[in-house]
Amino acid sequence: MAARIARCILLLPLVFLLAGCDWVVLRPSGDIAMQQRDLIVVSTILMLLIVLPVMALTALFAWRYRQSNREAAYDPEWHHSTQLELVIWSAPLLIIIALGAVTWIATHTLDPFRPLERIDAQRELAADVKPLKVQVVAMDWKWLFIYPDYGIASVNEMAAPVDVPIEFSITASTVMNSFFVPALAGQIYAMPAMETKLHAVINQAGDYEGFSANYSGHGFSHMRFRFAGLSGADFDAWVAKVKAAKDPLNREEYLRLDQPSEREPVRHYGTTMAGLFDAVVNLCVDPAKMCMRDMMAIDARGGLGLAGVYNVSRLAYDRPRSRDVRTQAEAFVLSLCQVGPEVMLSPATDAPMYGLLR
Amino acid sequence: MQERSELMQTLFGRLTLEAIPYHEPILVWTFVATAILGMSLLAYITRKRAWGTLWNDWFCSIDHKRIGVMYMVLGIVMLLRGFADAIMMRAQQAFAFGDSMGYLPPHHYDQIFTAHGVIMIFFVAMPFVTGLMNYVVPLQIGARDVAFPFLNNFSFWMTTAGAVLVMMSLFVGEFAQTGWLAYPPLSGIAYSPSVGVDYYIWALQIAGVGTLLSGVNLLVTIVKMRAPGMTLMKMPVFTWTALCTNVLIVAAFPVLTAVLGLLSLDRYVGTNFFTNDFGGNAMMYVNLIWIWGHPEVYILILPLFGVFSEVVSTFSGKRLFGYTSMVYATVVITILSYLVWLHHFFTMGSGASVNSFFGITTMIISIPTGAKMFNWLFTMYRGRIKFDVPMLWTMGFMFTFVIGGMTGVLLAVPPADFVLHNSLFLIAHFHNVIIGGVVFGVFAGINYWFPKVAGFKLDEFWGKVSFWFWLVGFWVAFAPLYVLGLMGVTRRVSHFEDMSLQIWFQIAAVGAVLIGVGILAFLIQIFVSIRRRDSLRDETGDPWNGRTLEWATSSPPPAYNFAFTPRVHDQDAWFDMKRRGHQRPVSGFVDIHMPKNTAAGIVLAGIATVCGFALIWHIWWLAAASFFGLIAATIIHTFNYDRDYHIHADEVSRVEDQRTSQLAALQKA
Amino acid sequence: MSAHAAETTFPPDSFYDTGEHHPQNGTMLGFWLYLMSDCLIFAVLFAMYGVVGANYAAGPGPKDLFDLGLVAVNTSMLLLSSITYGFAMLEMARGRQNAVLGWLAVTGLFGLAFVGLELYEFNHFIHEGAGPQRSAFLSAFFALVGTHGLHVSFGIVWLVVLMVQVRKMGLTEPNRRRLACLSLFWHFLDVVWIGVFTFVYLMGVLR
Repeated sequence: MAARIARCILLLPLVFLLAGCDWVVLRPSGDIAMQQRDLIVVSTILMLLIVLPVMALTALFAWRYRQSNREAAYDPEWHHSTQLELVIWSAPLLIIIALGAVTWIATHTLDPFRPLERIDAQRELAADVKPLKVQVVAMDWKWLFIYPDYGIASVNEMAAPVDVPIEFSITASTVMNSFFVPALAGQIYAMPAMETKLHAVINQAGDYEGFSANYSGHGFSHMRFRFAGLSGADFDAWVAKVKAAKDPLNREEYLRLDQPSEREPVRHYGTTMAGLFDAVVNLCVDPAKMCMRDMMAIDARGGLGLAGVYNVSRLAYDRPRSRDVRTQAEAFVLSLCQVGPEVMLSPATDAPMYGLLR
Repeated sequence: MQERSELMQTLFGRLTLEAIPYHEPILVWTFVATAILGMSLLAYITRKRAWGTLWNDWFCSIDHKRIGVMYMVLGIVMLLRGFADAIMMRAQQAFAFGDSMGYLPPHHYDQIFTAHGVIMIFFVAMPFVTGLMNYVVPLQIGARDVAFPFLNNFSFWMTTAGAVLVMMSLFVGEFAQTGWLAYPPLSGIAYSPSVGVDYYIWALQIAGVGTLLSGVNLLVTIVKMRAPGMTLMKMPVFTWTALCTNVLIVAAFPVLTAVLGLLSLDRYVGTNFFTNDFGGNAMMYVNLIWIWGHPEVYILILPLFGVFSEVVSTFSGKRLFGYTSMVYATVVITILSYLVWLHHFFTMGSGASVNSFFGITTMIISIPTGAKMFNWLFTMYRGRIKFDVPMLWTMGFMFTFVIGGMTGVLLAVPPADFVLHNSLFLIAHFHNVIIGGVVFGVFAGINYWFPKVAGFKLDEFWGKVSFWFWLVGFWVAFAPLYVLGLMGVTRRVSHFEDMSLQIWFQIAAVGAVLIGVGILAFLIQIFVSIRRRDSLRDETGDPWNGRTLEWATSSPPPAYNFAFTPRVHDQDAWFDMKRRGHQRPVSGFVDIHMPKNTAAGIVLAGIATVCGFALIWHIWWLAAASFFGLIAATIIHTFNYDRDYHIHADEVSRVEDQRTSQLAALQKA
Repeated sequence: MSAHAAETTFPPDSFYDTGEHHPQNGTMLGFWLYLMSDCLIFAVLFAMYGVVGANYAAGPGPKDLFDLGLVAVNTSMLLLSSITYGFAMLEMARGRQNAVLGWLAVTGLFGLAFVGLELYEFNHFIHEGAGPQRSAFLSAFFALVGTHGLHVSFGIVWLVVLMVQVRKMGLTEPNRRRLACLSLFWHFLDVVWIGVFTFVYLMGVLR
């Protein structure tokens, strides 16, 4: 009886399946996600080859050799069979060899660092198509997208032309996040002081949801953005709209934006400081801070010696009795050189207009 | 916040009245309920005049059997807390859609999912597993106790001390809001300045001491104290899996200790191991903690594989199929579990070759696991299967776990993991293996060995109720999460905008309620069984027609387990003895050398708790005092050379004669 | 020691060991296992040092800080203490309690000298501004060397306690076992220090 109820409840999901929910992972709109979907399906089928027989045999044996069935053979001492053990070990082994081969190939072809070679299953990537460059910064708790080729930036909204490869450069400003647009491609971590890459393409115009997939603190639940897949002309229009925005994204504005905030509305910046993303990755948007790049170069030459000891803001040792570790947490290594005047990004002269593509 | 006086600062550190969350109604009511329950329990113990017994015969006991039982009690108590967290999360996610923010703000919700993970792994699954091993292993190998009986008691109390600190965080201050592995920089002082992460660190460090020592203890017990004739390849499978688990504990927990130590240096001293600035490397933490974390899941599951092996073979009335390959499979899993940690963060962006290496090693683990599954299957083949409650749990496991294993291998394919990582699919997967494997195994083990512990069986009806509610509840709760994962919904989110998802969360909440009924049924099962103990009584000591040595002694076993150490000729030692008509010796008893009870364990762990609390709240004088107190108490304890006594032959003779007449009466009837 | 030797000697139909069964004493194995787990803690600290050991955060590096002369003296203190502990163990085998106590005292003094020199070094670094907060390299250095020093300090406390116990109880079986455990511990710390000396100091300065 209880088993029957169980079965009914287990069938429930199928009802909803037919109702047609949004199974975005199984029905994505970008080629990379599509290939990842295929991989899930193939792997599942491969494993079902062994899982289904095991479940069937379990049920069969449980039923057949139940205590009340006196007709079934009973052989209490039977506990070894070399042939059978060979099968037991080699059956999963074969499956894993097949799956391992699939894994090896797929992991390399779908490596997020690897530039795309095709637009979708039917179309190769034309040699002259330049990928759309997008720099992504995960902040507390919003997303900043910089389009270096256009000199524009936006918060919590990004757009990309359909069928054009996108090259994401991803970092975070404070803590670890994960950049994830399920319809487009798998996720990749966004980590402070580090840069990850993602190559992807969106094949269908539409509004999709992107978000952080890795818990990052209080405002995490609403760290979501709109990912718009647009036709070439619509994308050009979107770029123009963003460009029309008055606000510039300079150091000052970035540092203001970097303060923790939740449910940040969409915001556009018509101009962006040159090298901002680079400064974010190197943790030196604040001009007083030494860039990681410089620090690593100095370290590679053996550090700054004992003189370098005092090159730190808010020295904890000034107040040796201070037990407030937080003061230390806010300290940083001071920049050695004067940072030059801010230069705003001038849009590349050959920044592609995707409206002409089609 | 007003400036506190220097004196108050020195006396109480960070601890202020504001740390008591009396403004949070949920916590106040929880506190009231806990207080009432606790007070009535205390009153009951007082009325029964049980304090002396409780202290002398239990808290200070170094009998592995009593400690095993105390571990199980700890596990059950903490299961209730962990489950309360679970049901609160399910409720929040079922309601918090669109305009409704649910009833838990992120501040509270984030603590709950962190606490749920920490409690379920460290203070539910670990005590259950350690408890089973503690109780059963010495009996299975024909030993009188573990190798270091005092350490065993100390380990238990250290684990309990960790649990006490976690519970304390509920009513004094707050718990970590970081997720159960507390990744920095989020868990660093810059982004988590409050006491939550400190509670996390010190609870795990103190409990970790207990776990490590108990691992060393059981390892030495198994290596050194087996009954004569029990070669490694004649050890019961449960003991084998316990051996491998303890190897893993000894080889993995120090890594956790070290990495949490480094995190606490970052938080307390201001070092820069895992910070963003000053050359720190947060990814090192992620690597290190998973080097502990992945073996940890095998620490949890392996002993339960052992339980299933014992149960399948006993209830099929048949020798275990493929003992040798079962043992090798266990050993292979033990070794491989160290080569897979990176699969927890494929998305960090290691190169494709690194990712595929770790993906493939992960898949390879499924080969020995698959072989085990087949071994259980062919143990059932040509058996006479009795579907008692332990066997039901095992059947539930076999159907549930294969699905969990399959989704696990799926997650091991890096590009697939890119879309499923951190999603509810992942959550469903690991609950599938932890509930379907560990929890089902623990319940199988409890139902299987309870008659040995108590001398009567557990009530069958309520056992079945509990099983079916758990099984059905599990699938109702987690099938929707698999679905949601495929819809691209990720974990640790406390509020959703997309209304179309709500129905799935509501189904999952129903599932959680069903599991709750399953837990309730389990408690009722124990209660009812105690009430009906006379009709459930088992005097044979061997209610299931068992095969291994724990069934050779009476139920409950005498303090010394075996009057004479059994000699082992066969893997199924007790079955072999029964078959070949052994004669239980009824005379010629000698004095038995036993360890003495001591209060040192509970005292030391108590001081450690105070030390942890002081460190969490920056009450430095108390921390220093309790730290030196801990050392002093340890030293004083080492001056106690009078640690054992002899049970006199007359006493042994009296107990054994009773047993002889009990068995004779059974024979007649 | 004979528990498993017996396994071939008992007849196949004998099911009980009717004498008093004495299982082997597992203390040494247990302590060895504990040491191996401790070794893993050091392994983590070494790994951490290996990963962040060159991240000076534009501060001082090993060449600016380490004084190999001091470290050489320090190292010889610890190595000598191991030798004198060995002498103590030899005397223990001969059953000469006072000689054991004497050598233990010498060992303890060497140990104290080691810890003292290390504290001097730490104090010096912190005084120069190169505290554990200055860079990940210094964090890892202080953690690794400090953890080792903490172990030695505990070793000294243990040593003193054992000396009292040996004086009080004599070279009894439990005390001999404890001395053997401490011996393992002490030599183990020596081995770890050789790693620290090579990996941190020598490679830091000479690289």
